[in-house]
Amino acid sequence: MLRVEARARLGALDLDVALETPPGGCLALAGPSGAGKTSILRVVAGLLRPREGRVVCGDEVWLDTARGIDVPPEERRCGYVFQDYALFGHLRAWQNVAYGLRDTPRGERRRRAHELLERFGVGELADARPRTLSGGERQRVALARAVARRPAALLLDEPLAALDPRTRAGAGRELAALLRDAGVPALLVTHDFTEAALLGDRVGIVDRGRVIQAGTAGELAAAPASAFVADFTGATVLTGEAAPGADGLTRVALDGGGSVASVEPGQGRVAVSVYPWEVALDAPEAVPTGSAQNHVVAEVISVTAVGNRIRVGMATPQPLVAEITGPSARELALEPGARVVATWKAAATRVLPL
Amino acid sequence: MSRRWFAAGLVAALSVTLLFLVLPVVAIFVDTGPVDLLSSLGDEGALEALRLSLVCSGIAVALIVVVGTPAAYFLATRRFRGRSVVVTLIELPLVLPPAVAGIGLLAALGPQGLLGGWLEDAGLQLVLTTAGVIVALTFVSAPFYLRQTQAAFESLDPTWIDASRTLGASEARTFLRIAIPGAGSGIAAGLALAWGRALGEFGATLMFAGSFRGITQTVPLAIYERFSTDFTGALALSAVLVAISAALLMAVKLLSGTAWLGGAAR
Repeated sequence: MLRVEARARLGALDLDVALETPPGGCLALAGPSGAGKTSILRVVAGLLRPREGRVVCGDEVWLDTARGIDVPPEERRCGYVFQDYALFGHLRAWQNVAYGLRDTPRGERRRRAHELLERFGVGELADARPRTLSGGERQRVALARAVARRPAALLLDEPLAALDPRTRAGAGRELAALLRDAGVPALLVTHDFTEAALLGDRVGIVDRGRVIQAGTAGELAAAPASAFVADFTGATVLTGEAAPGADGLTRVALDGGGSVASVEPGQGRVAVSVYPWEVALDAPEAVPTGSAQNHVVAEVISVTAVGNRIRVGMATPQPLVAEITGPSARELALEPGARVVATWKAAATRVLPL
Repeated sequence: MSRRWFAAGLVAALSVTLLFLVLPVVAIFVDTGPVDLLSSLGDEGALEALRLSLVCSGIAVALIVVVGTPAAYFLATRRFRGRSVVVTLIELPLVLPPAVAGIGLLAALGPQGLLGGWLEDAGLQLVLTTAGVIVALTFVSAPFYLRQTQAAFESLDPTWIDASRTLGASEARTFLRIAIPGAGSGIAAGLALAWGRALGEFGATLMFAGSFRGITQTVPLAIYERFSTDFTGALALSAVLVAISAALLMAVKLLSGTAWLGGAAR
C-alpha cells in the first residue's frame, strides 16, 4: 500500500492531498495542467519536499515531516517514468537501463538490461542513442529503465502524451497490462480522462492542488461530485437556475434560453450535465415522441467524424454535444447552420450545485 | 527588395568582421617563411618559453577544471541568497585589465601582501617564480571556464538529474555520471576558452612573476622581449603560438564532438 499526504505551497498553487493505492492497483490522477498532479509524484519520489507530509510505501516510511524523516530519492525505490522520458542522451539504450542496476554485479548488468529491453519489445535497439529513437521506442526504454530496479512503487507522468495517436492505443493497452503484472502500487498522471479510465483502476480528479473526487472511472462518470468533474469526464455541462417542478422533476431554466428536466433534486444556481451519447437528434419539425422529457432546439455548429461516430457540436445557445451514428447524421442532412431538436431523458441529466 | 538589401547587409557585416579579425593572423604567417619558423624553433630561449607556456597553462587549466567544475555545478543547481553577487565576483576578473590583475595578485600573495606572511611560513614563494606564473594564469583564465561551464550545467535537462536520483544514484554519482557527460560539449568549450586565454596571458604574468628566461618567461613574454631587437624572431614565435592555440582549440572541439556524434554514428 502506498499512502501519500502532502501540504505545500508551490508558487500560486496550494497543494493539499491525501491518497492511497494498494499493491497492484493504479490510481490515475487526472486534471488540467497546473493542477498539481506532477507535484504529487515528485513528493512521492522525494524530488519535492512538502511543508507537511507523510509518504509510506509498504512498511517503509519515506517521508514524515512530523518525525523529521526524509529518505533521499535514491533510497526510495521509485520507478519514475518522466513526461518526456528523460533518457540520458549520452548513453545508449541499454546503458540507460543498466544505469539503475547498481545492485546487479557489473558483469551481468548488460545482459540484464538486454533482457529488460527484450521484454518491452525493443531488444534490437539496445545500442541506439535516445535521440535516434521514436516516441514509442523511447517510452519502452523508459519503462524498462523504471522497472529495472524492481521498484516498490511506480510513478508515471503522462506516459502516453509524447506518443502519436496511432501508437497511443497499443502502448496504452501494454502499459495497462504492465501495471497489472507489476504487483506494486502505481500512481499515474494524465490530463485526459479517457486515458485515466483506461490505465487506472481508480481515478482521482485533481484540481487546484486538491483531489476533488476519487473512484472508479464509471463511478465518476455516473455520479460526478461537481460540474468540473462532469466536464472533465466528457459530459456537456450547461448552467441555469433550478426549481422543483410540479411533476416531482427538477426544472432547470438554462442561461440563454430553453429548459430541461432532471430526476435529481436541485435548487438555485446549478450545472446540468449530460453525456454526448445520451443525446438524440431530430428534425426541428418532428413531433416529440417517446419517453424523453428534454427537447431543446439547437443550431448545428460543427459535424466531426470520430471513429465510427459523428460528433455534433450545437448551440442551444449554450454549447451542447451529441454523438450519433453516420446513417442518422445523413438522414438528418446535418451541416453547420442546420436546426435540430436535441432530445434526452430526464434520468440521464445530472444536476450539480455550482 | 528591402529583404535582399538586408541579406546583403548581413553578408557585408560578416565579411568585414572576418577580414578584420583574420587579417593580422594571416599577416603573421605570410611574413614568416617556413625557414624562419624552423630556425626560431631551434633557438634555445624560444623552446624554453614554449615548454614553460605549455606546462604552466596545462597545470593552470587542470587546477581550474578540478576546482571549477564542482563550483560551477553548485552555482548552476543551487539557489541561495547572494548567489548573483557570487556570480558577479567570479566574473570580475574578466573585465579587469591584466595589469590590475597583476597588481592585485601582488597585493594579495606578494611578500608584503594579505596572505604573504602566511605563504612565507608555509615556505611558498610565488612572486618571480614558475608557481607564480601558474597562479597568474589560473586567476585570469578561470572565469572563462566557470562562466561557460555554469551555463552548460544550467542548460542541462533538469529531469535528467531527477531521473538519475530516482534510479538510485546519489547526488555525487549523478554529478559524475550524468551532469558532466551531459554538459560535456559546453564544458569542453569552456576548457578551450580558458586554455586559449592562459596561453596568451601577458600582463598579469609580467607584473606578478616577471620575465625570466626558463623560469617565468612564457611565449607571450618572450615575443615581447624579442619585439624590440628581433622582429622576425618575434613574428616566428607568434606564428608558433597561433598554431598551437589553434591546434588546442580544434583538438578540444574535435574530442568533445566525437564523444557525442561519433558514438551516435556507430
